[in-house]
Amino acid sequence: MASLRDIKTRINSTKKTSQITKAMQMVSASKMNRAEANAKAFVPYMEKIQEVVASIASGSNNASHPMLVSRPVKKTGYLVITSDRGLAGAYNSSVLRHVYKTIQERHTSSNEYVIIAIGRMGRDFFVNRGINVELEVTGVPDQPSFADINSLTKSTVNLYLNELCDELYMYYNHYVSPIQQDVTEKKVLPLSDINSSGGKLTSYEFEPDEEAILKVLLPQYAESLIYGALLDGKASEHSARMTAMKNATDNAKELISALDLQYNRARQAAITQEITEIVGGAAALE
Amino acid sequence: MKTIKVSVVTPDGPVYDAEVEMVSTKAKSGELGVMAGHVPMVAPLDIAAVRLKKENGTEYVAVNGGFLEVRPDVVTILAQSAERAETIDVARAQAAKARAEKRLADNQGAIDVERAELALKRAINRIQISEMK
Repeated sequence: MASLRDIKTRINSTKKTSQITKAMQMVSASKMNRAEANAKAFVPYMEKIQEVVASIASGSNNASHPMLVSRPVKKTGYLVITSDRGLAGAYNSSVLRHVYKTIQERHTSSNEYVIIAIGRMGRDFFVNRGINVELEVTGVPDQPSFADINSLTKSTVNLYLNELCDELYMYYNHYVSPIQQDVTEKKVLPLSDINSSGGKLTSYEFEPDEEAILKVLLPQYAESLIYGALLDGKASEHSARMTAMKNATDNAKELISALDLQYNRARQAAITQEITEIVGGAAALE
Repeated sequence: MKTIKVSVVTPDGPVYDAEVEMVSTKAKSGELGVMAGHVPMVAPLDIAAVRLKKENGTEYVAVNGGFLEVRPDVVTILAQSAERAETIDVARAQAAKARAEKRLADNQGAIDVERAELALKRAINRIQISEMK
């Protein structure tokens, strides 16, 4: 049986750990709330842009743009959104496992795909496996503004426009609720499945013409899709971290109560032994 | 006078939302004015000021490109970033201007000239608009 002092040390260190995890849980909870608010603030923009794109794309079939047309796929782009730091439960590993499996299934040679990584965990994962990461962004702030990832979204869209990849998929954790995040695969480019989801479509005048508008609108749309996924991913990240830290705190509490019991037993045993010794000693004197 | 609802929306949230008499701005194809009852229209915008004329004066919003959508009941401006004249951080705009100018001045051919020019244009636009308020 461990000595009294050993147990005391373990209790203390577990208590300290639980204090830290508790603090991290609270930090993540507040970050999650803000991330959720950010994701909400983005919704009106996304809805609007989707509406306009849908009405232009479905309204007339004579307007064409490379981003609307599927071409034979020689190279596929994978945009993977992960966090910069760990301690977020299965947040990173579930996305990465999914992407890795998908790539293994779909491709036989590494010339057939490119990786675009947001977040250090994702980048390191692919670099460690010798997979070429074409574009990367690390150190994205917890509350990203559009300007923070503007250059990445632009270069990603340019990758497609310059035919360096022929389709683009995005992988991220979709935020469902604070305790549930789902790994999501979303096809970004080509924008073939823009559906006019309900609502009446307005027929517009175009100034100067449709082609010119699509040229501005579609890249902006694709960029917003990526930004939206990042916001979603951030909300998931913070909620995943919050849940992970909550579990850690709960486990620490459980461990502490088990150790407390063990400590008290050991203390009691020590006292009993002491009394027995004294009684024994006294009896020997008589 | 009849008014029309205008909202300026960016990825970071709505920037402006109000009823105005007239919206005028610079589209890629030239100056553009929109009043209530305008025919539905979509037009890409230049990096410029959006002037929102109200009964008691005019308000200015700096937009960084994007586009303008006119519907019978509402005008929406979707831009990647937009700032109202009174919220523009002039010091930051000045710094951005100086940075872009420097980058263009010591152009070694290695930089993205187009991007630097756009940055310069945005900074100048913001400084001008902040002076108009």
